[in-house]
Amino acid sequence: MKLSHDEVRKIAKLARLGLTDAEVAKFSVQLSDILSHAKMLEEVNTDNVEPASQITGLKSVIFKDKVVVCDHSEKLLEQTPQQVQDNLIKVKNVF
Amino acid sequence: MTKNLTTLTIAETHAGLKKKEFSSVELTKAYLDRIKTLDKKLNSYVTVTPEVALEQAKEADKKGFASPLSGIPMALKDIVCTAGIRTTACSKILENFVPPYNAHVYDRLLKAGAVLLGKSNTDQFAMGSSSETSCFGVTKNPWDLTRVSGGSSGGPAASVAADLAAFSIGTDTGGSIRQPASLCSCVGLKVTYGRVPRQGVIAYASSLDSIGPFGKTVEDVALVLNAIAGKSERDSTTPDAPVPDYSKSLKKDLKGMTVGIPKEYFEQGVDKETDKAVRDGIEVMRKLGAKVVEVSLPLTKYAIPTYYLIVKSEASTNMARYDGIKYGLTAKDAKELAEIYVKTRSEGFGDEVKRAIMIGTYTLSAGYIDAFYLKAAKVRTLMKKEYEEAFEKCDVLVAPTSPFTAFKIGEKMDDPLAMYAADTLTVPAGIVGLPGLSIPAGFDKKGLPIGMQIMANQFHEEKALHVGYAFEQATEWHKMKPDLN
Repeated sequence: MKLSHDEVRKIAKLARLGLTDAEVAKFSVQLSDILSHAKMLEEVNTDNVEPASQITGLKSVIFKDKVVVCDHSEKLLEQTPQQVQDNLIKVKNVF
Repeated sequence: MTKNLTTLTIAETHAGLKKKEFSSVELTKAYLDRIKTLDKKLNSYVTVTPEVALEQAKEADKKGFASPLSGIPMALKDIVCTAGIRTTACSKILENFVPPYNAHVYDRLLKAGAVLLGKSNTDQFAMGSSSETSCFGVTKNPWDLTRVSGGSSGGPAASVAADLAAFSIGTDTGGSIRQPASLCSCVGLKVTYGRVPRQGVIAYASSLDSIGPFGKTVEDVALVLNAIAGKSERDSTTPDAPVPDYSKSLKKDLKGMTVGIPKEYFEQGVDKETDKAVRDGIEVMRKLGAKVVEVSLPLTKYAIPTYYLIVKSEASTNMARYDGIKYGLTAKDAKELAEIYVKTRSEGFGDEVKRAIMIGTYTLSAGYIDAFYLKAAKVRTLMKKEYEEAFEKCDVLVAPTSPFTAFKIGEKMDDPLAMYAADTLTVPAGIVGLPGLSIPAGFDKKGLPIGMQIMANQFHEEKALHVGYAFEQATEWHKMKPDLN
């Protein structure tokens, strides 16, 4: 299967990646090869087989709905490269 | 004396510390000196932490050596968060990121008294099989500096193999501990999914990622595993499975053990010398009393596409958090929010990370999710069943770790599929959540290390360690050291 340059640009947009024309060309070949190779899975009969989302029989873990002290906020806000205002990260306009 | 200290195993070092033959400070200085002299040849460390190391070593000397890891110098793959110490994932997007908390595995090692020498080089975000995608350059193989150390945990493997750390911690999603251990000639253990907590370790593929040790011997790896394994309140994928004393399962004979040879593993383009070394190794096991049977795992040839469809899908989700807002790199001169996202991610991520994100975005999208991601997830269910049936016939599966020995730097960089194929024999354990131990099993005509892989059923690390230990003690491969002078 072959991914067109337009399809690659569309995927890049969904993934919030900006690609140069040269990158679009390079990745379209590489992604096409990788996805073509994956088509061999069609040889495996998976009728009535459940897809695995986890592999060790995990069960949901429940925590008590109890308030605990969490003094992380300052340390976490120190990490942002954006501005902080009123204990919130200030972001640029959406549009 | 200084020269000898860095050649010691954890077990030997612990004995020496207890007898006061040397202190943890002297030992740590010996490793730091060796790193200063030799790591410029290997590039296994991203950040060396001499002040932290010496402070921790002083503490260990004061407290005494109650635990086997007390005062023992180690390295951590640079995706393991260390509070106050730069943790980069070897990517420009986190180049100056300093975590505000420790990964649980680091906390457990600190509790056991281990000393942090520094953070190790890795493929960017642990995506790769050669450590070439690190933004800090490749880690060179200690046995041949023109070749790769393997990946993604190339730094942790090379540093242990070259005596630049007494042990190290890496991660294994599809082979990232076992393959570099094989290429560098040291012991590397992939644990069962959930055996060791992942909290604070930068995620690649959350239903496969595992944390595990590199050591100079099987015993050393068992000692580290004792300190890091077990249920964690910070990671709900760590079940309440008991943690035995793994060092007690190390016996020199294999009476009563059945070794399974997975036929199809040897049909995946394994080179002749590797095939011979591993088959010779299985003969050693037979002589030690093991029963040897052949088993068939017909889905083996589908493992690579199954693997990369799942991990690249999960990775695309995990990589979405790097957006230039909460931490890490942010693009300068971006005027709108969308521009911040696109520019930050384009500038910050390397090619393999971008490829992974794009593959995952495509395979999870409406119209394609059934044919790609869900199909792979169904094959995963079938593979699990295949391995469960195999383990009814044997205690462990033994095969080569890597189809070939260390390849030249640059050789596979233009061919992503060829790079993925390096993991043909290691991805099944990732897909099925099994433990796998890679141990030194010989060298090829070029003097490059050959590794043998021992896989066990989930939560049966003790069987892999037992078989590995018996083989190791009956052979001399683990005693060979590279000449870096």
